[in-house]
Amino acid sequence: MSGMSKIVKTISSIIFPFITIYGLYVIAHGHLTPGGGFQGGAVVASGLAMLLVAYGSVWTMGKLKEKHLSINQTLESVGAIGFIGLAFFGLIFGTKIFFNNFLVNKQDYLFGATVKLGETAANINTAGILPLMNFAVGLKVIAGLFGIVLLMAYATRLKEGK
Amino acid sequence: MTYIELIHIIVPILIVGASIVAVLLRDLLAAVIAIAAMSLLLSLEFYILQAPDVAIAQAGVGACLTTAIFVIAIRATKRMEGEA
Repeated sequence: MSGMSKIVKTISSIIFPFITIYGLYVIAHGHLTPGGGFQGGAVVASGLAMLLVAYGSVWTMGKLKEKHLSINQTLESVGAIGFIGLAFFGLIFGTKIFFNNFLVNKQDYLFGATVKLGETAANINTAGILPLMNFAVGLKVIAGLFGIVLLMAYATRLKEGK
Repeated sequence: MTYIELIHIIVPILIVGASIVAVLLRDLLAAVIAIAAMSLLLSLEFYILQAPDVAIAQAGVGACLTTAIFVIAIRATKRMEGEA
């Protein structure tokens, strides 16, 4: 599959950082606003897929090697292991139950602040391990969904014999 | 009839219309764009039914990623339906 016109390539390159920043915002605010790891990861993967369609699979596979596909699979596995690893850490710390939120309301740690009562502005530095789990799920969804599109482009490149 | 009730009537009609257009079109690329429009309208319907996280997931996966996969597949094969 060859690339699209120069107009499409330029516009895609310009709006790709904004889509990525919006997706990372949805992931980072997963415990405060609608959305979370899956939704933000789907948004980031959509931006990556837009770039791939605009530039074409021939150009993309010229830049990417087989090694990068295995790096993609490794990142997906890191996301899954991070999620279930945080769940198993709950068996070690705190009250020792599965999925125990052992970081919540511990002021010394990241995401450890206590939520204020009443109508206050939302504080991102709360909720314990939930933001970390959102980051893990976001990494897994970005790598997984982009890996599907990447393999599709790889297969079409093989069909053209290039 | 309030403003939001009117949207609740119009948007499902547009979803059904976009789906029928996607079935009837012979140009597969245009049919994929019709499916993307249907998916985006479905995302709007989720949003006005007060499920904004489902709307974000639908807009990301349904309207963008499946469209990208379909476009890649169509550009590797034939564009018009029924060609040998």
